Amino acid sequence: MNRAVSGITGKRKRPADALLYLVIGLFTAAVFAMTVYFAVYIFVKGCAGITFALLTTAPNPIIRTIGILPAIINTAYIILLTLAFAVPVGVGGAVYINEYAKSGKLIRVIEFTTETLSGIPSIIFGVFGYVFFCVFLNLKVSLIAGALTLTIMVLPTIIRTAQEALKAVPLSYREGAAGLGASKWYMIRTILLPNASSGIITAVILSVGRIVGESAALLLVAGGSAMYLPKGSFFEQIKNSGSTLAVELYRYAYSRGENEVGFAIAALLLIIVIGLNLSVKLIGKRLKGGAK
Amino acid sequence: MENSIVRAGRSKAPVETVMNVIFLICGLAAVVSVVLISLYMVFSGAPAIAKIGPLKFLAGQIWNPEASEFGILPLILASVTATGLAVAVAVPAALCVAVFLTHVAGRRTAAALLFIIELLAGIPSVVYGLMGAILIVPLVFKAQTALGLPMSGSLLAAAIVLVIMILPTIISVSAAAINAVPEQYNDVSLALGSSKMQSIVHAIIPAAKSGIASGVVLGVGRAIGETMAVMMVAGNAPIMPELLKPARLLTVGISMEWAYSSGLHREALYGVGLVLFAFIMIINVLLSSVLKKGGAKR
Repeated sequence: MNRAVSGITGKRKRPADALLYLVIGLFTAAVFAMTVYFAVYIFVKGCAGITFALLTTAPNPIIRTIGILPAIINTAYIILLTLAFAVPVGVGGAVYINEYAKSGKLIRVIEFTTETLSGIPSIIFGVFGYVFFCVFLNLKVSLIAGALTLTIMVLPTIIRTAQEALKAVPLSYREGAAGLGASKWYMIRTILLPNASSGIITAVILSVGRIVGESAALLLVAGGSAMYLPKGSFFEQIKNSGSTLAVELYRYAYSRGENEVGFAIAALLLIIVIGLNLSVKLIGKRLKGGAK
Repeated sequence: MENSIVRAGRSKAPVETVMNVIFLICGLAAVVSVVLISLYMVFSGAPAIAKIGPLKFLAGQIWNPEASEFGILPLILASVTATGLAVAVAVPAALCVAVFLTHVAGRRTAAALLFIIELLAGIPSVVYGLMGAILIVPLVFKAQTALGLPMSGSLLAAAIVLVIMILPTIISVSAAAINAVPEQYNDVSLALGSSKMQSIVHAIIPAAKSGIASGVVLGVGRAIGETMAVMMVAGNAPIMPELLKPARLLTVGISMEWAYSSGLHREALYGVGLVLFAFIMIINVLLSSVLKKGGAKR
């Protein structure tokens, strides 16, 4: 029992409390100081390396110049392809869970597998993608194989985010549509999806973040270098192998010791990630404002 | 009686059925993916393990593809050690930050800090790898020269990078768990005369236990599956793990030699993939049982 309590309203300072506050404050300060230090370090080292020539040329081994335009194009292609596959399937899956599925068991199975998918590390997706898409479906090591692999990787994000958005659409909207004689698909198309659109956009943004940052899986299924600008059309190009920005960062910094290029790409990736995070925040804020 | 409503319903019926089926297929995409991944991991990984011999593969201490020696015990131990170390350091730190976010910081500060945490979670792993190689590996060099060891990437550097990488996961999950503890727990504890800190330590954190545990398990999963960042700092020699010596983790075991492997060597890499996959599945089952337990209590 506390011996030193001076009365019911008397506040006794416990030294243990002060110590804990100190520890908590120190850890928090350390974590955030480190994060800020990292970000500043990358920007300071990287931004100097982001030159116009780097962004707009292909690497030329003969005159020893480095350019990341091919990697930028590959990244854009993979983002487009992955979203083209993953958004319809993911949103469709969310619609199924939320609007169609009647058996609780099936919903639980879908939700459990979605959870499982999001816990599988990217290197496993890489091995699977290689064996299934590159070898079994004979797509070779290519951008399209990379995009298909990434489709499975971002599926959980899209399903979960879209599901949240669908859940937020009031039940009365559905009842109103049904009462006016709308069929289910008509109701989904004209009422549900438009009302869930900002949630779906959030899902897209989160997926883009994941795709841009992905490296381990793409290294196995989409190839490890980006030397040439695309010659053919989009659909010819996606059959070729090619690396994205993140994979190029690895290649330059780790395999070739070109740290300046590595930092330039890192700064670029960081700018993209911050931009994406900010836009998710903005959309969230707008949603909350709209709800009031 | 045929009226326009019945007719309209009938004419729309095929579209409705088709859409129903399409949505069902989309809904099953995740299930199909998990089944396919599991099957392919087993069918591509198991033959090599059978050929090499499960015991020789899992407990063999030498990995030397040229001599057809495929023992992955060093890889397994390196993964387990690095993950264990990273989690041991990250969990207390993350808990402190989570408590700070939920009970010490004001609402605005907490929102700003949470944004930084989300940013930390969104940074690509290659960027962590680069930072580790430039900032952390040289720090370990100092310890290595002091002890007369050759300077190289090391298990310690990998563990430090992993700490930073799993912090955001554990912080955001435990902060959410702490936030979900009903207000009354805190009120009752305060009314009984405990200080704010006492009620955090003795009432709130115990109540958020299962949520925090799931954050830890997620962190373990993230650490054991991390590839690129670790590859860029760990030195990658397949030797039995020692803190200040280079180490090759399971994930790195796959990606390192992927490009130039073929035949039994490639199959052995599939085998490594299967072992890693088994680890992840165990973690997943653990996670869902933790969550279930937490759910049952409430």
